[in-house]
Amino acid sequence: MNERDTPLLDVRGLTTHYVSARGTRVTRAVEDVSFTLRDGETLGIVGESGSGKSTLALSLLRLLPPAARIVAGAVRFEGEDLLNKPESEMRRIRGKRIAMILQDPMASLNPLFTVGDQVGEPLRVHEGATRRGAWNRARELLGAVRISAPATRVRNYPHELSGGMRQRIVGAIAISCGPRVLIADEPTTSLDVTIQAQYLSLLRELQRAQGLAMIFITHNLGIVARMCDAVAVMYAGRIVEAGPVRRIFGAPQHPYTRALIESIPRLGEANGRLTAIEGQPPDPAALPTGCAFHPRCPQRLERCATEVPHDTAIATDHRTACWLHP
Amino acid sequence: MSARAAVLAFPGRLASFRREGWPMVPITILAVLALLAIFADVIVPHDPQVGLLGERFRPPAWQQGGSAAHLLGTDHVGRDVLSRLIFGARVSMVVGFTAVIFAGVVGTVLGILAGYLGGWVDQVIMRVTDAWLALPALTFAIFLAAIVGPSEMNIVIILGIVYWTRYARVVRGEVLSLKERDYVRLAIVAGCSKRTIMRRHILPNVVNSAIVLATLMLGVVIVTEAALSFLGVGVPPPKPAWGLMLADGKKGLMAGYWWLTVLPGICIMLMVLSANLIGDWLRVKLDPQLRQL
Repeated sequence: MNERDTPLLDVRGLTTHYVSARGTRVTRAVEDVSFTLRDGETLGIVGESGSGKSTLALSLLRLLPPAARIVAGAVRFEGEDLLNKPESEMRRIRGKRIAMILQDPMASLNPLFTVGDQVGEPLRVHEGATRRGAWNRARELLGAVRISAPATRVRNYPHELSGGMRQRIVGAIAISCGPRVLIADEPTTSLDVTIQAQYLSLLRELQRAQGLAMIFITHNLGIVARMCDAVAVMYAGRIVEAGPVRRIFGAPQHPYTRALIESIPRLGEANGRLTAIEGQPPDPAALPTGCAFHPRCPQRLERCATEVPHDTAIATDHRTACWLHP
Repeated sequence: MSARAAVLAFPGRLASFRREGWPMVPITILAVLALLAIFADVIVPHDPQVGLLGERFRPPAWQQGGSAAHLLGTDHVGRDVLSRLIFGARVSMVVGFTAVIFAGVVGTVLGILAGYLGGWVDQVIMRVTDAWLALPALTFAIFLAAIVGPSEMNIVIILGIVYWTRYARVVRGEVLSLKERDYVRLAIVAGCSKRTIMRRHILPNVVNSAIVLATLMLGVVIVTEAALSFLGVGVPPPKPAWGLMLADGKKGLMAGYWWLTVLPGICIMLMVLSANLIGDWLRVKLDPQLRQL
C-alpha cells in the first residue's frame, strides 16, 4: 500500500450497542463492521430497515443517542482517530470535514429562518464568516445546487419552496464548508421519482466538482447501481458482503445479497412474480445464533446455526461472510 | 386537524367571532387602560394619594350628593376614586407586564435547558417545578411577601418566582418535540454547539408558545397582585392599587358606599377578562400555524 492508497476513512471492527436503562437488554445494532473509503469514492450501504445502517452513520460522527455505546472498533479519518477525540474537536469535524444529509428535506430546515441564513450557518459556525459574507456564499452555493434565481431564493423561507428545492438546499448546507466526506442517509426516500433522479445526478455532479467521497445509505439497490463505486450489504448489524458494484451485482456471493438482487423488479422480464425473501428480519435485540440470516437462508448449512461466519476474500476488494465460502 | 377545522367551520356565532380578524373589544379595553396608565399624570383630576377629609365618601357624580369635581366619588379619606383608579391601572399594568416577562424569561430559559440538555439538568428543574406546582400559588406568594416585605418591586419578583414553572413546563414539552426535528439534528450534524442550537433553533421556535402563555398569564398575575394587595401584603398603601382600593372600600360596603368596591372590581374584571380573551384568541390563531410549519 503506497501513500496514495491510504484510505480517507478507515473503519475497523466498529461495534455499537444500544443498552437499556438498567443494562439488561443489549441491542447489537452494529457488530464488527469494517470498511474503507478512498478519496472521491462512493460507497453504498444497503440493508433492510433495522439493519444498522443509520446507527453506523451516526457512529462515524459520534452522534448517537444516549442509550447507544460504541463498544469496540476504530474510525480513522485522514489518519486521525475519531472515536477518542474530545467532543469540541468532533464538532469542528462535523459539517466542516464530514457532512451529512438527513432523510427528510421537509423537516431538515428551520421554518423560522431564511434559506440564506441556514445555508450560511455552517460557514458562520466553522469559519467565522460574517452574516453578509455567509449570505454571499449561500447565494453561490444555491447556484451550485442548480437552484434558479439564487439571489431571490436566499431570501425565501422554507415553506415557500418545493420539496425538491428544499432537499437541494439541504445539499447546499452539506457542501457549504467543502467537506471531504458526505454521508447521505436515504436522502431521496421522501422525494418523488423524477425529483429523485435529478437529485442523484446533482449529487454526482457535486461529488465530481468537489472531489467528495460519499457514503450513500439506502435500501434502494437501483440507486446503488447508479451512484456507487462500491457496496456493503448489511444484515442485522453486520456487513455480510462488500465489494465493487459490478461484482456485487454481477456475481453476488452471499445468499442474502442474491435474494436482495432477485427481489428488484426488472422491465422486460415476464417470469411473473417477484421473489421475496422468506421470513422477517430478525429482532436486533434477540439475534439468532450463528449467522443471523440462517433462519431465512435457502442454502443454510448445519454450522450456520451455531458459528458466526467470518469474512472471506472472494477477490480483490470483494469479501463475504458466509459458510458457503469458508 | 379535521376536528379543529370542523369546530372552526361550525356556523355559529362563536365560530364566526373566532374566525373574523382581531378581537376588537378586549384590545380596545386594554389599549384604553394602557393609555390611561401611561398618561396618568396628565389625565388625573386630583392627586390620588392626598385626600381632603372634608370631601369623604362623596358618591359618584350622577348620584344624589355627587359633584362634577369627583366624577366617581371619593373614598374614606376623601381621595378622588377616579384618579386612584387611573393610577391603579398603571400599578396593575407595570406589575402585571414585568412579572409576566420576568416569569416568562426565567421559565423559558429553564424550560429550554431542561428540555434540550435532559439528564440531571432536566431532573433537577422538573422536580423543582413539580414541587412548585404542588404549592398553592397565592399561599406561596403570601408566604414570600411576608418574608421580603411589600413593595412593587418585590411583588414583581414574587410573582415571577411563583409563576415561572408554568412556562418551564410548557416550553420543556415543546423543546422535547423540537429537538427531534430534523433541522435540529441537521444543526448538530453541521457541528453547531449546544448553545448555538438552543439559541438559534430552539428559542425562536418556542417564543410563540411562550407569548401565548404570557398573555394568558397576564390575567392570572394581575388577579394575584390584586389579591396580595387586598390582603395587605402587596403594593403598600397609600399607593393606589386596585386590590388595595377593594380592601379599603370593603368596610364601607355595608354602609352603602358601593363605588369604593364595585368600581375597582370592575376595573380588575375588565382587565383580566380582556387579557384572557386576547390570550385565547392568540392561542387559537397561532396554534394551527404552528402545526403547519
